[in-house]
Amino acid sequence: MNEPRSTTPAFVRSEMVPERAAPVRTTGFVGLVGGRLFSSPTNILLTIVGALLLYLTIVPSVKFLLVDAVWTGSNRTDCLAETLHRDVGACWPFVQAKFSQFVYGFYPQPERWRVDLTFALAAVLLLPLLIPRAPAKTLNAGLFFIAFPVVAFFLLHGGGLHGFAVSWTADLLSGLVGSLDEAGTKLTRGGVIAVAFGKPVLWIATALSWLIAPLVWLRDWIQASGQPVWVDLGLTAVIVTALVLLIGGGLRNGARAPLMSLALFAGIALVIAVLRLDRGGLPIVGTRQWGGLLVTLVVSVTGIVGSMPIGIALALGRRSTIPLIRLFCIGFIEFWRGVPLITVLFFATYMLPLFLPGNFTIDGLLRVLIGIALFAGAYNAEVVRGGLNAIPRGQGEAASALGLSYAKTTGLIVLPQALRHVIPGLVNSFIALFKDTSLVSIVALFDLLGQLRAAFADPTWSTPNTLFTGFAFTGLIYFVFCFGMSRYSLFVEHRLNAHRRT
Amino acid sequence: MAIEARPPPAQFGAKLRRALGGRSGWKGLVAQLLFVATLCWIGYAIVDNARDNLANQRIASGFGFMSQTAGFGVSQTLIPYSESDSYTRVFLVGLANTLMVSVIGIFFATLIGFLVALGRLSPNWLISRIAGGYVELIRNLPLLFQILFWYLAVLGALPGPRQSVTLFDSFFLSNRGIVVPRPVGEAGLDGFLVALLIAVIGAIVLPIYARRRLFQTGKPMIVWPWSLGLLIGLPLIAALIFGKPFGFEIPVLKGFNFAGGSRLAPEFVALTLALSTYTAAFIAEIVRAGILSVHKGQMEAGASLGLSRGATLRLVVIPQAMRVILPPLTNQYLNLTKNSSLAVAIGYPDLFSVFAGTTLSQTGQAIEVISITMGVYLLISLITSALMSLYSWRINRSMGA
Repeated sequence: MNEPRSTTPAFVRSEMVPERAAPVRTTGFVGLVGGRLFSSPTNILLTIVGALLLYLTIVPSVKFLLVDAVWTGSNRTDCLAETLHRDVGACWPFVQAKFSQFVYGFYPQPERWRVDLTFALAAVLLLPLLIPRAPAKTLNAGLFFIAFPVVAFFLLHGGGLHGFAVSWTADLLSGLVGSLDEAGTKLTRGGVIAVAFGKPVLWIATALSWLIAPLVWLRDWIQASGQPVWVDLGLTAVIVTALVLLIGGGLRNGARAPLMSLALFAGIALVIAVLRLDRGGLPIVGTRQWGGLLVTLVVSVTGIVGSMPIGIALALGRRSTIPLIRLFCIGFIEFWRGVPLITVLFFATYMLPLFLPGNFTIDGLLRVLIGIALFAGAYNAEVVRGGLNAIPRGQGEAASALGLSYAKTTGLIVLPQALRHVIPGLVNSFIALFKDTSLVSIVALFDLLGQLRAAFADPTWSTPNTLFTGFAFTGLIYFVFCFGMSRYSLFVEHRLNAHRRT
Repeated sequence: MAIEARPPPAQFGAKLRRALGGRSGWKGLVAQLLFVATLCWIGYAIVDNARDNLANQRIASGFGFMSQTAGFGVSQTLIPYSESDSYTRVFLVGLANTLMVSVIGIFFATLIGFLVALGRLSPNWLISRIAGGYVELIRNLPLLFQILFWYLAVLGALPGPRQSVTLFDSFFLSNRGIVVPRPVGEAGLDGFLVALLIAVIGAIVLPIYARRRLFQTGKPMIVWPWSLGLLIGLPLIAALIFGKPFGFEIPVLKGFNFAGGSRLAPEFVALTLALSTYTAAFIAEIVRAGILSVHKGQMEAGASLGLSRGATLRLVVIPQAMRVILPPLTNQYLNLTKNSSLAVAIGYPDLFSVFAGTTLSQTGQAIEVISITMGVYLLISLITSALMSLYSWRINRSMGA
């Protein structure tokens, strides 16, 4: 009882607990090796298998592409093991010899600066478009998506103009009226019902031909003048600016809109003057002579630029409540998405010419471009629809409450938000399109892959390693383009979701 | 006494307007009538032009050519075919080849895809990096490029039949393709097949029974030794009773080629290889996204119950991920089937190659031939998407969402 009682309760330790070892490091090299490579027997086995796999693929590749490669030479004998008396890898002289074909195809040598200039223009316009911080996005996008394709056409293809918008409109309208007239005449020759349909069609055609008579007269006057292009351009500028003023409510709303319209026409005039489009333009290089990376890029860029409006229209049509338009858009989208691209290309190559009037021939590349634009348009439509669905209903309802029309609600409120949402999706669909352009080589167009196959047929360079060398080189080009785009898409996605990151 | 609320007046006009013109009413009706008129106009122009052009170029029209004699050979046929058969037969041969290459491609693509996805999610750093590299490399190269690479560069670089790579002197790998022993049925084949059928049915029924017993009595039952025993034992017993079921015809090198055995053409090998590796990369991404969509807690819960990583994946995570995975997965299967039409580039006789290729160039009837070809692919994809919407409807119903 009188033992001295310790003042500390029994459950309190009197001595220190021995120090535990530091936890296993999970960062740095040591952590990597200890934690994620050799932490358990299974893991060790997996690591060994992986290392073996890498050893079996990387080492031979590097040996083939770099160590054993032949770097200089002028024909096949320089790449043969028999002449060099050593192991031979990639035959790079083959690529050097065929490089211009891979890039330009059979584009004539003295005209290749035009291709280079087009590539440079594209790069200059595209780079600021891809950098989110760069200013003047609207102007930049307009230049790249509308002005650049036109300029690129006249640069790559060549040729000049014989008139401008007034003449074109007159030609188009008189062509339409003419075909309406023809159909009416054909119908009136048929049975009773056909005549009943044909008579009104003929009346409409006659009425329309009276309506457009002044325009036709104007066209004839323009064409008879000494400088049809410049006169027509001036007239178009005046008409369009006047229309802009009229619709915009006159000068009391400021002079911005008409000034912009005038600036636009000044830009067009500048392009016409620089490329001398009024005097025949640059010498024509037919699309049969195009090839290589040029065709790959032309097809993919035109495909994406051409498919965007189609895609947006189809997406809006599919969301519309008007039954027949909606039905048509659903059918159209599902049809193109349900068939392989190669059948679309065959359709464009063999069937499309049959559907056009007999005297109307259509360029081989253009046919393929139409097919690809329709095909890609259907895919883009689904991407854009996803974006439209992601916009809260309240946005459209708020716009309606402010009294905006359907066109303004869509064009100013819903679409801009939706399109910004789907940039990653569109870039992905562009990657798919870029890869799919290789299919045009099946319908006798020489894109990068087609040029590669053509180059393999050259006996001057047929060695056992030529095939692998060619595939390695073109594969690298495709990979760089696609990988770059996919990284960009990830970057944009990351940026768009910045507010959601945790 | 409460007064019943009056029913709203019947708005027949409004309902009709809504049905005919959507939300835009009469304006919508006018818009769509104009639209249809334009479509009819374009359609009329197309038919008219096509008729004129066909008449000018003296091309026959109609589907009469389908019963004419084809007169060309097809290098690989699943169903009996000779040169004197009709174009209809050619069409069926091509369709069978397309379906075969698609089914085999789908099988391997799924296998490789799941393996790569699991590899990418593996805790092992090296394996996940290798799997990631595979996906990036394959996805960023065009499919046609890969088909040509396998066909021209890899299979073309193989030695000729005389120097072929061989395994057990019965499997030969050369630039003529892969030659393997061909099984030839013998006396005991029927009994063997019946036993195999019973074994397969048993192996399917057994897990169902085990599961039911687990739910009713709570006693787990280990199934796999039984299934394995059934699958190996029954056919073995049948073979012992009825005699040897089949022998192998071993290929022999004769002159410059092989005699006997069955040959997988290099075109087929290249196409299957390219299609399955290419689609596998996309499937891997889908599976990975599906597995990542399952909440992390599920994996942790499995681990805390003492399940191994493999068992957690198999029993807990993948069944939940399957819901997310399946729709895009079918989409990839569909893509693979559509992409098999690229066979035309290397001359494998699939539907597109023999029909839209050879038949088109022989008959010149572009409109009919291309319409039929497009129709077949469209039909396949429509059927698949119909099945898929049925599936997602069932899932949504069972989830109560």
